Formats: sequence, structure tokens, C-alpha cells
Amino acid sequence: MEHPVLFSLVLSIRVAAVATVFIVFVGVAVAFFLSRRDFWGKELLDTLLTLPLVLPPTVTGYYLIVLFGRNGLIGRFLFEWLGWSIMFTWYAAVLASFVVALPLMIKTTRAAIEAIDENLIRASYTLGHSEWWTALKVILPLARKGILAGAVLSFARAMGEFGATLMLAGNISGKTSTMPLAIYSAASSGDRVQANIMVLLFTLIAAMFLYTANKLNKRVLL
Amino acid sequence: MNLFFKAKKVLHGFAFEADWAIDNELAVLFGYSGAGKSLTLQMIAGLLAPDEGFIKLNGDVLFDNKAGIDQPPQRRSFGYVFQDLALFPHMTVLGNILYGAHGLSEEERRQRAKEMIEQFMLAGLERKFHHEISGGQKQRVAFARALIRRPAALLLDEPFSALDNPLRIEMQNFLQQIRRNFPIPVILVTHDLTEALTLADKLIVYGGGKVLQVGKPVEVVNAPVCPDVELLVKNPMMLGKK
Repeated sequence: MEHPVLFSLVLSIRVAAVATVFIVFVGVAVAFFLSRRDFWGKELLDTLLTLPLVLPPTVTGYYLIVLFGRNGLIGRFLFEWLGWSIMFTWYAAVLASFVVALPLMIKTTRAAIEAIDENLIRASYTLGHSEWWTALKVILPLARKGILAGAVLSFARAMGEFGATLMLAGNISGKTSTMPLAIYSAASSGDRVQANIMVLLFTLIAAMFLYTANKLNKRVLL
Repeated sequence: MNLFFKAKKVLHGFAFEADWAIDNELAVLFGYSGAGKSLTLQMIAGLLAPDEGFIKLNGDVLFDNKAGIDQPPQRRSFGYVFQDLALFPHMTVLGNILYGAHGLSEEERRQRAKEMIEQFMLAGLERKFHHEISGGQKQRVAFARALIRRPAALLLDEPFSALDNPLRIEMQNFLQQIRRNFPIPVILVTHDLTEALTLADKLIVYGGGKVLQVGKPVEVVNAPVCPDVELLVKNPMMLGKK
């Protein structure tokens, strides 16, 4: 049987990695539209997607249960059609991490895109290139540092996700006990040695990510 | 070859109105800062739509609000050189020039890029980035990128304004050489009187969002139509102060 510390570490990395992949795709697309397009309800959408940054994760978790729980607005249909519920699976931990860490990606990427000199984009248009080609060849490459910093920050935030994960995925040892949850269990059951190891390991990993993110994008202050 | 420009636009409380036409010549838009010169170039290139107006290049209607025509910048055949040159910092000299060769076959792109590098004296700099080359070289890259597609006209938004005097004169001579190799209409925006008088076939004097006078430089200097134009062409120290 796998050691519980190792299991938690591997699960946390797996959850954070999968969540980050989705975060990068969704975050870059959303940030692009927020910074380059004007549409009705734009700032409302920004507020809605950024809300998890300031809400207690338990509140975000509660919303996710309302949406994805077995009787939830979306979860009900999933259960009816597939006989499957995301609740108390490691996918739920991915979902919780995704929602909580997405705002970091959107904020950093949007700032990076908006910092690009408008004349570079206009130059691309006057040279005959479409908006999509310009996005691909000019905007995204010039915003790459911000995108990378956003991805690293999101990964770190996803690794550390606790509240929403607890509500949605539960704290099932050997199944959904990511590292923050395992630390909570170890500390509350008085297992100081295991708690110490995990806390130190986690601090080291988080510090490493934060250092990388700062190196990548000095303008981002989060 | 000709270009008709007629436009009205209100932008942030600034009212702009202009109406002029040029043939295959070098026209200089000259006047105070904030008179609407750069705005004009943006409207011609399709980067900004006039509120009403009519823009036609060589018989092709680019903008006509009455007919509901507003061709996007991608479909308008202009070479545009920006004031800050707008070279892509993540591309090499060659990358920048090739980026301008849109819609051509790979072989043709390479061939034309080779020609441009030769013609614009950029040999040996192909792999350099814009922070590794001199001010004059940057200018030549911007011109090569704007011209590789062989546009129907060239729009220059104060490209020489940031240069020191000797280099500015060198680039002005270079522009006249470009005119010989690329016989297309050129519209140059400037607030430098010497530059305007030396280069212009036709001078279009702007002031306060309006065209004050159109004519050959010698006509404008000898017979300014109003005190504002007289002040502009006889007292260059006033420029930029209004």
C-alpha cells in the first residue's frame, strides 16, 4: 500500500496539473475576450469569474454543490443520463481547484494582454493579418510571460485548494485526500510527525512556484 | 493612381472634418500637433471609422457610410509606418519583414524578403532583434516590412520625428530613393516645416481639425490663405505649442 504522504502528494500534483491545463485554455480565452472585445455585461462576467478570489472557499464550494451535487442544477442531469456524480471523486477536487484558481489566470493574462502596445496589433492588421492570426502570432507571444506566470500561480493555488475541495470532494483517505486535506487530518488526529513532513514539503513546493511566478512576471503583484 | 479622402469625425469632443485628393505624389499632412493628421492616416488605413465620409483608392471604394461600405484594414492595400515603428519585438529583422509578406507563396516570400533586405541595406542583420540594431536600421526594417507586399500607397506617421538631425536627413533622402523604386502615392504626416517643404509634392495644411490649405509647398509659403497658415509656414517655432 502506498504511503499516505506520497499518495497525497501525487494526488495534489495530479489534481493541480489537470486543473491547470483547463485553466490555461479557459483563462487565456476569457482574458483575450475581456481585454480585446467590448460586449454587454463584460465587467459583470469579469466580476463573476473573479469572485472566487475573494469569497471564502467554502462559499464557492457551496455554490458548486448547488450546481454539481447529485440534486444540483447541472449534477441532476449528469446523474440521470450517466448515473454518475462528480461528488466525492478526485474530479471534484479538479473542479474545485479550477474554479478557485481560474481568476489568477484571467487577471494576470488580461493585464499582460492589455500591456501590449496597441500599434503592434494595428501594424499586424495593416499588414493584412486577421484578428485570429494576430492573436496567435503577436498577442499571445507577447503576453507569454504573463500567461506563464498565471499558469504557475494557478497551479500553486490549485495545489493549496482546501475549502471548496473539502465541500465537493470530501476528505476520503486514499481517494480524495489531497495534501492540504491530509495535513488537516494529520494535525487534528495528533499525528505531528506526518503533519510536519507534509507542511514542510508543501511550503517548499509553494515557495518554489511563487519564486518562479515572480521571476516570470515582475509586474504581477498578487 | 489617386486617393480621395473625405471624412467627418467627432472623437472625445474633438470635431474633425477634411476633404482632399492626391495623385501619384508625395503628399505631406502638415500642421500643429492634435490637428487630426494621424487621425486621417488611421481612417485611410481602416483602423478608425469616420462618422461620415468617403474614401477611395485607385477607384476602389474603401469607405462610404451612405453605401454601408467599410473595408477592414486587412483588405486595404496600404503600407503603414508608425511613429514608434511598431516592430515586433519577438521577431527578428527577417521575421518582421516576412510577416509583411502575407498572402504570397513561401518561395515568393523568401525571394521578396531577399530583395528587400538587399534594397534596404539590411544584409547581415537578418537574425537580429530590434533592440540589437540602430535607429536608422529600425527605420529601414519598418519600411521594408510595409513595402514587401507591394501596397498601393504608403502611409507614414511621423516616422522620422524621434531621429537626430543627420539621421533624419539621411532618412529623408532614403525616402526619396524609395519613391523612385516604389512609384506609389505616399502620405507623410509631419510637424517639421523643413521636412514638409523638402519632401512634399503637395502640402495639405491642417489646423484645429480642418484642412486650412492644399497646394504646392511654394504656393502655400508664398500665398497662405489665412493667418493660421501664415503662422505655420513662416514661424516654425510656433509648432507644437498650440
